[in-house]
Amino acid sequence: MEISKDLMAASSTPIVLAILAEADSYGYAILKRVRELSRGHMEWTDGMLYPVLHRLERLGHIEARWEVAESGRRRRYYRITPSGRDQLTLERRQWEAVDATLRGLWHLLARAAPALAR
Amino acid sequence: MSIPGQAVSLEQQIAQWRSYLGRRQAIHAVDLVELEDHLREQIAALGAAGLADDEAFLVAVKRMGDLDALSREFAREHSERLWKQLVVPRSESGGSAIPWLDAMVAFGLAVAAAVLVKLPALFGLRLDTDADVYARNASLFVLPLLTGYFAWKRRLSPAIVRWLPLGFVAALLLANAYPFAKGGDTGILAALHLPIALWLVVGIAYAGGRWSQVAGRMDFVRFSGELFIYYTLIGFGGAVLMAFTAMVFAAIGIEVEPFFQSWLLPCGAAGAVLVASWLVEAKQSVIENMAPVLTQLFTPLFAAALIAFLGAWLWTGRGVDIERNVLIGFDLLLVVVVCLLLYSISARDRHAAPGFFDVMRIVLVVSALLADAVALSAIAARISEFGFSPNRVAALGENVILLVNLAGSAVLYLRFLRGRALFSDLERWQTNYLPVYAGWGALVAVVFPPAFGYL
Repeated sequence: MEISKDLMAASSTPIVLAILAEADSYGYAILKRVRELSRGHMEWTDGMLYPVLHRLERLGHIEARWEVAESGRRRRYYRITPSGRDQLTLERRQWEAVDATLRGLWHLLARAAPALAR
Repeated sequence: MSIPGQAVSLEQQIAQWRSYLGRRQAIHAVDLVELEDHLREQIAALGAAGLADDEAFLVAVKRMGDLDALSREFAREHSERLWKQLVVPRSESGGSAIPWLDAMVAFGLAVAAAVLVKLPALFGLRLDTDADVYARNASLFVLPLLTGYFAWKRRLSPAIVRWLPLGFVAALLLANAYPFAKGGDTGILAALHLPIALWLVVGIAYAGGRWSQVAGRMDFVRFSGELFIYYTLIGFGGAVLMAFTAMVFAAIGIEVEPFFQSWLLPCGAAGAVLVASWLVEAKQSVIENMAPVLTQLFTPLFAAALIAFLGAWLWTGRGVDIERNVLIGFDLLLVVVVCLLLYSISARDRHAAPGFFDVMRIVLVVSALLADAVALSAIAARISEFGFSPNRVAALGENVILLVNLAGSAVLYLRFLRGRALFSDLERWQTNYLPVYAGWGALVAVVFPPAFGYL
């Protein structure tokens, strides 16, 4: 099952913020985490994560720092800021509203036309 | 293949990918580091899963996504990057080690030029009463310093540096030792032609040992065009500055115009050449050159105007009105056409196939040649009536020089369009022609005054 591009774009902000709320991380690890959590349903194009990270950084939701990884390469780590946590709370409420609406609808559909609601 | 061999080829592949991505304007060096770290991590993970290096590389690159789309996303997020920053040096991008040193030298020399302009005042020469002396020396206030700047910047070899001051010393002697009649034509001609001759000296310093190459001379042509545009822009800015300063001081009853005329205007005009030159140098690699953009815009318009002129001349059968200045006017027209041609040549990819704009340029050149021929024939018929004044001979000589240049260009361009010549032949013709202008400038400045009795 492929998730549509628009849905992917809309959900990228809460997903990235939520992963960074767990712990500081960097691009590759964030993508890996998304893949694990979605059980492979959400396949982001790897490169596209970085413009998203940069946008969140510009908005002040996350901040970046350079560190040297164990491989010896420079790596850019991201950390969520207080404003990012506020944003995450807000996004969470919005997504929960959407989710609740859809759940209600699925429930109604299941009763009205069981065949459709699978 | 052995493992080390594979490792090298993987590194090469990554390096290639990095340089390909690095060419995108919206993707900066720091982003490359970040993306490369990602790519390497992905390759390592795929390698651990059992893929060979080249397979892992291919998969990792594929997952990174379409590079055009990626750089579009970066451009959307960092739109300011498409407006490359001009004066502020980017610390992260490396480049020249000490960008401020260059700026400081340039501004120091600009101040020196401003001081030089006021130097003759020590000898009792006043700008308002001795304007002709100032005019003849105008290029000497600025061009030696500009030459020095490039000699310093390009680290010119002493073998070249030794010869450069000769031109300036000769010009200094000529401008001040010749017994010019005050307000005479030959004095004005010398003032106009000395800069043309001395610009060659600047060019040799600018090219920094590459003057003998077509590319070196073409770079100097590009520099000259950009300098002209920057100088004009700085001039506009200066005019606005002066207008506002005059206005606010007038509001408190202080007249600042005398200060402008004797200090700000001459010193600013001299210093601005150096500042503009530094700007052209600094932004050379930073933004798209302006001169080619403007020529592209105006080539069809000038061509249309000239064709309209020729059409009207044929249709109405009017004779060309031989006024005093008509020859100079047509000279200037040819200068504009040569510049349009030169700057479109300077920006053209020499390997590209002939296209619409090439045809447009030929139309422009040929119509300019015809228009000039119309004017010249009208003048030639009556030249004996007018007599050979120094101005007329100079104007006629310039006309011939430009006409030869354009005729040669037209021939080479047509040959290029028909696949008989390379575009680089045209480039070579134009850049080889540069010393002709300087030579003519020197001739007018050196020979005309004695030949016409310094009048």
